[in-house]
Amino acid sequence: MSLILLIEQVLSGLQFGVMLFLMAAGLTLIFGVMGLINLAHGSLYMVGAFAAAAVAGWTGSFALALVAALAAAAAAGALVELLVIRRLYERDHLDQVLATFALILIFSEGTRWLFGSFPLFLDVPAALAGPVMLPGGILYPLYRLVIIGVGLLVALGLFWLIAKTRIGVQIRAGEADREMIAALGVDISKLYTLVFALGAALAGLAGALVGAIQSVQVGMGEPVLILAFVVIVIGGIGSIKGALVGSLLVGLTDTLGGVLLPPLLGIFMQASSATSVGSAVASMAIYILMVGVLLFKPSGLFGGT
Amino acid sequence: MTRETFLNVILFAILPVTALAAFALDEPFIITLATKAAILALAGVGLNIALGLGGLVSFGHAAFFGLGGYAMGILASHAQSYTPLMETPFLIEGTKSMLVIWGVAIIAAALAALAIGALSLRTTGVYFIMITLAFGQMLYYFAISWPAYGGEDGLSIYIRNDFPGLNTLDPIQFFAIAFGVLAIVLFGAGRLAKAPFGLALSAARQNAERVETVGLTPFRIRLVAFVISGAVTGLAGALFADLNRFVSPTMFSWHTSGEIMIFVILGGVGRLFGPVAGAALFILLEHTLGGISEFWQVYLGLLLLGVVLFARGGLIGTIAGREVAHD
Repeated sequence: MSLILLIEQVLSGLQFGVMLFLMAAGLTLIFGVMGLINLAHGSLYMVGAFAAAAVAGWTGSFALALVAALAAAAAAGALVELLVIRRLYERDHLDQVLATFALILIFSEGTRWLFGSFPLFLDVPAALAGPVMLPGGILYPLYRLVIIGVGLLVALGLFWLIAKTRIGVQIRAGEADREMIAALGVDISKLYTLVFALGAALAGLAGALVGAIQSVQVGMGEPVLILAFVVIVIGGIGSIKGALVGSLLVGLTDTLGGVLLPPLLGIFMQASSATSVGSAVASMAIYILMVGVLLFKPSGLFGGT
Repeated sequence: MTRETFLNVILFAILPVTALAAFALDEPFIITLATKAAILALAGVGLNIALGLGGLVSFGHAAFFGLGGYAMGILASHAQSYTPLMETPFLIEGTKSMLVIWGVAIIAAALAALAIGALSLRTTGVYFIMITLAFGQMLYYFAISWPAYGGEDGLSIYIRNDFPGLNTLDPIQFFAIAFGVLAIVLFGAGRLAKAPFGLALSAARQNAERVETVGLTPFRIRLVAFVISGAVTGLAGALFADLNRFVSPTMFSWHTSGEIMIFVILGGVGRLFGPVAGAALFILLEHTLGGISEFWQVYLGLLLLGVVLFARGGLIGTIAGREVAHD
């Protein structure tokens, strides 16, 4: 295998990982602050993608599409929090799983109702289309590099938000002791709505950015949601740092596993069976990674108790 | 007789009465729906052992459902193409015998539950939910990417498997088989809940520390419960595959796990007949709402949301009232 191919795959893995981070960061924040497991997070990703595709279709502007994705996902998140989610904070995880599963059914079928079953398409903006030449003679799509950049910027912004701002202090305090910060006069229900909308907006952004590479369709959020769960289980639920490390690990394992495993197995067995066994094992690689992590650290790499 | 016992008798009668009425009116499709409800109820009874009695929120029971389905699909496809499953080190042939297939399905699902349970039960709470979900997805992607048994397209079995003395292709006779299995398993699950093991399992759900202080190991009790639960759901998977004469990776998908959980919740968690009520209601909704609107799952979602938020205890809990501690 050539080095160039390997570097391309590493970049693809990074791009995938960074997108997973946008999803996982919201999930882990919501869990950390509110103690809520939110299966409908993938639906917010889908809402972002659909809003972006619809607005790009009307206006032709990718920037407006991104704004629409952020706004639509944040609004949907805030609405859902006000109507449903806030009744679930005091419930056990089973109720949370079921209610948010019900929300998935409503969101998915509702979107199908509005937009039909055919996928929509969101074009990469002209300025970002086409490949760029990287040092070493590697041609790589510019848009994917931009995604990596945007994702890393958002990660930085998120760390800054949590470490340096007043909201961040409240979020960290909320994770540590919910009753106490309410007693100190912080409007806890407003904080919860805000955190939920922030998580939703990140998911919507991810949906819109990925929507330009893949097709925008109902159910697009679910595979990503489950991978984001794997990410936060690996990283430790509630930890943003864990979400970042976990996302990159999962993104790289998934991408590189598919490329490296078949030839690696080819050393031991026939080429034809190595390809089929390799692809089957590669499809499970991230779950095997997760099991491995949990065997040694049952609450994830950066999880507390 | 308490209100819940009375309700249970009615619930138990609903499926065979529906099937017999449909048989008298010559409506084979309705019989098939009743069969489907009985099989899905069986899957729910399996999950209910882990979820209701043990408090183990498994979001990966599709893994066992799918394994049961594939046990049937693999054995029957080898029998229908007259190729052995394995030649070395010893010969294994496919089979069309339902009883053998059930045995294989139960053993395969139980072994998988043992492995998945042994790893997952090291964690609790949200981690347990997510890790069981992830194991289910792992098998789902494996089934899709493994080309030998149809991959993404699944496997079709042309003729339903054989059961001694019955014609399984006749809808009412196949219903009798599925309902018979459900009745036996319900009886067993009822006994299990009242047996020392079931009591210990319930106690481990309510207060694991106390169970430990009396000298029992919650981990071991939960693992056994998880294995039994997985085995029952695997049996349901084999029957479901036989009903459709088709298996596909969809049986492994997390929507399947979610749906099995919905049967349990709609009916009432921890109630013996909860899954029966839930599965029957689910099939009824699917075919009444499904006839009105293509987007019936919106209504299913709203109903489920309503049950979770306002009618805890599900259908049985709403009608029969809160569970009584001693009856």
